[in-house]
Amino acid sequence: MVDKNKLGMGLFLASETVFFLILILAFIYFRGIWSNGPGPNPADHLNPLVTGLFSLALFSSSGTVWFAERSAARGKHTYQLGGLLLTILLGIIFLVGQGIEYANLFRSQVTISQNLFGTTFFTLTGFHALHVTVGLLMLAIVLGLSVKDGQKSTHQTSVAPIALYWHFVDIVWVVIFSVIYLSTLLL
Amino acid sequence: MSDLPLVPEVETPLPSLLGDEGLLSWFASVDHKQIGIMYLIVTLVFFIIGGLEALLIRIQLAQPGEKVLSPQAYNQVFTMHGTTMIFLVVMPMLIGIGNYLVPLMIGARDMAFPRLNALSLWLLIFGGLLLYYSFIAGGAPAAGWFAYAPLSEKAFSTTSGMDFWALGLLVTGIGSVAAGVNFLVTIITLRAPGMSMRRLPLFVWMTMINAILILFALPSLNAALVMILADRQLNALFFNTAAGGSALLWQHVFWSFGHPEVYIMVLPAFGIISEVIPVFSRKPIYGYGFVAASTIAIGFLSFAVWGHHMFAAGMSTTLDVVFSLASMLIAVPTGVKIFNWLATLWGGKIRFTTSMLFALSFLILFTIGGLSGVTLATVPVDQQVTDTYYVVAHFHYVLFGGTMFAIMAGFYYWFPKVTGRLLSEKIGKWHFWLLFFGFNITFFPQHILGLIGMTRRTYTYPDIPDWARLNLLSTFGAFLIAVAVLVFLWNIFVSLRNGEIAGNNPWDAWTLEWSTSSPPPLHNFDLIPPVRSTRPLWDLTHPDDLDWKRSK
Repeated sequence: MVDKNKLGMGLFLASETVFFLILILAFIYFRGIWSNGPGPNPADHLNPLVTGLFSLALFSSSGTVWFAERSAARGKHTYQLGGLLLTILLGIIFLVGQGIEYANLFRSQVTISQNLFGTTFFTLTGFHALHVTVGLLMLAIVLGLSVKDGQKSTHQTSVAPIALYWHFVDIVWVVIFSVIYLSTLLL
Repeated sequence: MSDLPLVPEVETPLPSLLGDEGLLSWFASVDHKQIGIMYLIVTLVFFIIGGLEALLIRIQLAQPGEKVLSPQAYNQVFTMHGTTMIFLVVMPMLIGIGNYLVPLMIGARDMAFPRLNALSLWLLIFGGLLLYYSFIAGGAPAAGWFAYAPLSEKAFSTTSGMDFWALGLLVTGIGSVAAGVNFLVTIITLRAPGMSMRRLPLFVWMTMINAILILFALPSLNAALVMILADRQLNALFFNTAAGGSALLWQHVFWSFGHPEVYIMVLPAFGIISEVIPVFSRKPIYGYGFVAASTIAIGFLSFAVWGHHMFAAGMSTTLDVVFSLASMLIAVPTGVKIFNWLATLWGGKIRFTTSMLFALSFLILFTIGGLSGVTLATVPVDQQVTDTYYVVAHFHYVLFGGTMFAIMAGFYYWFPKVTGRLLSEKIGKWHFWLLFFGFNITFFPQHILGLIGMTRRTYTYPDIPDWARLNLLSTFGAFLIAVAVLVFLWNIFVSLRNGEIAGNNPWDAWTLEWSTSSPPPLHNFDLIPPVRSTRPLWDLTHPDDLDWKRSK
């Protein structure tokens, strides 16, 4: 029997894929315009190294959320709480990194209304950060419920779809990071 | 097979707003039947509002040089008419019908996520209110239902109408995605024992493919909406052509939603027709597999045809040709369905109920709309008649003559299941003929108006030969439609009070929803008949003519 929560989340994420695909395509489409235009390249203000380091926090959180899910399935309550807590911390660290990058760009006068780079960069990464934030809220809720209910319930049927969501947010960031940061390094 | 268990008749009172359960039980409901009924009530209200807007348009266009509306008001009215009919009427009406029927047809107690289901409904209601709030907040949106940039940008649409448009559609759009997820999970996980994919009622098949289209099309709209909102609220530059932004980007993103949306608005209608025609022909559907499979083909192709809305936008010739061919190709699986329905009628014992009359006229009107669609898919023709009344006539034949007639067929067919009482056939015949003539008198002349050069969204027009006459005819037809709608509302009112008691299965139909009482109890079924074919109830009531024995 298919787990309906996981199936529902999977279908929702399939839909979200299209949403991000459009925003990524908009970035790539306009990249062809601003990177060939006159004047300094606005993408030069990006900081691939710092953002890359903070991205590692998000990438590794996929591992911790997997650990939490596995522990929930095996009924190991303490490990599950630890996995969820670590995931939340790593997610917050990633968002702090995004904040640093945004502040850095704002100092260089790159904003959403400044040029096409800013428009597409902030819309794309902003919606990703919104999804990370929603993920953190869901993780915090299920962590709170797991603490409150103690050993008797692992909330496994909630942890599994949230873990799926978290992997999705992570994979989307892999694509966004490649398109925005790695491509500017390589091309 | 007389030892098969017979379904007991269950006596349940008809639902009443003033009954012991009260109004609050509706507002707080998570029951798919109550939510389905609320969807229908809400969309019927929006249908009346959108219809009144259409009447205003037709009054303004009744004769040359008319000044009933100001040009600004006229733009607002046609924008709100299109937006309302598409996003607040046709699409959610079909979702509402699916909400009521899908769990019953597959033998389930409810949708997979009842609370998410209620959320979808309330997002629709609040999204609709948000959209209509724009009238109070300084002016409704006025850039047409597809809101082409840069017209929809802040520089050209200065009131907050566009912002409410985008926010309202974003809210209802999220609700639609939730409904799509809910339908798919319900159909995949909650089917009764024996209800394999090859035995699903065709309405459920269509709703399932429809849900997939919703999942993959709506996010394009949502992305377009957040981009236009970013432009308008945060001064982003997506569609600001002066700063290097792209007007074509809006068209591509919007129509990559907009064309699948056309099929989102018609697939469940195909489903209704595939239930109504066989029952009133007293035959199983001809070519069940083809009807289901052609839907999958339509689903795939619908994502590859959006460019046919943009033949006049200056894409490359190669793209024009590709989109033109894909658009013509999609007529093939659609034609397959038409032939299946005709073959179902062939040699059947046809019963001309009101429901069947609507279904039969669907076949005619939808085919006319489909044929004019094929002409529009031809690039040179489209470049001549794009944005004329020919296009307006085309999509009204598809959406009104097609989908709305199918919805009416479904309304007369399932009303007894939902309320326990039959709609009056006598008033129904009046309703049908008034609507049939009203519709054709309104929209057929618009083909000609378009071909002789009348552009759509025209505020008014000079006294050119034939224009005045054809426009007046069209306006006359619109009032006939209004009368038909009043007759329909009267029929509901009268039949709810004094209609003939329906019993479980007034049409001697064969899908599972007819095996339970009318209206069904809260838990839907006391006993689900065994499912051994696509017509489980037929097998139960006609033990001498078993589908599953005959086909072996």
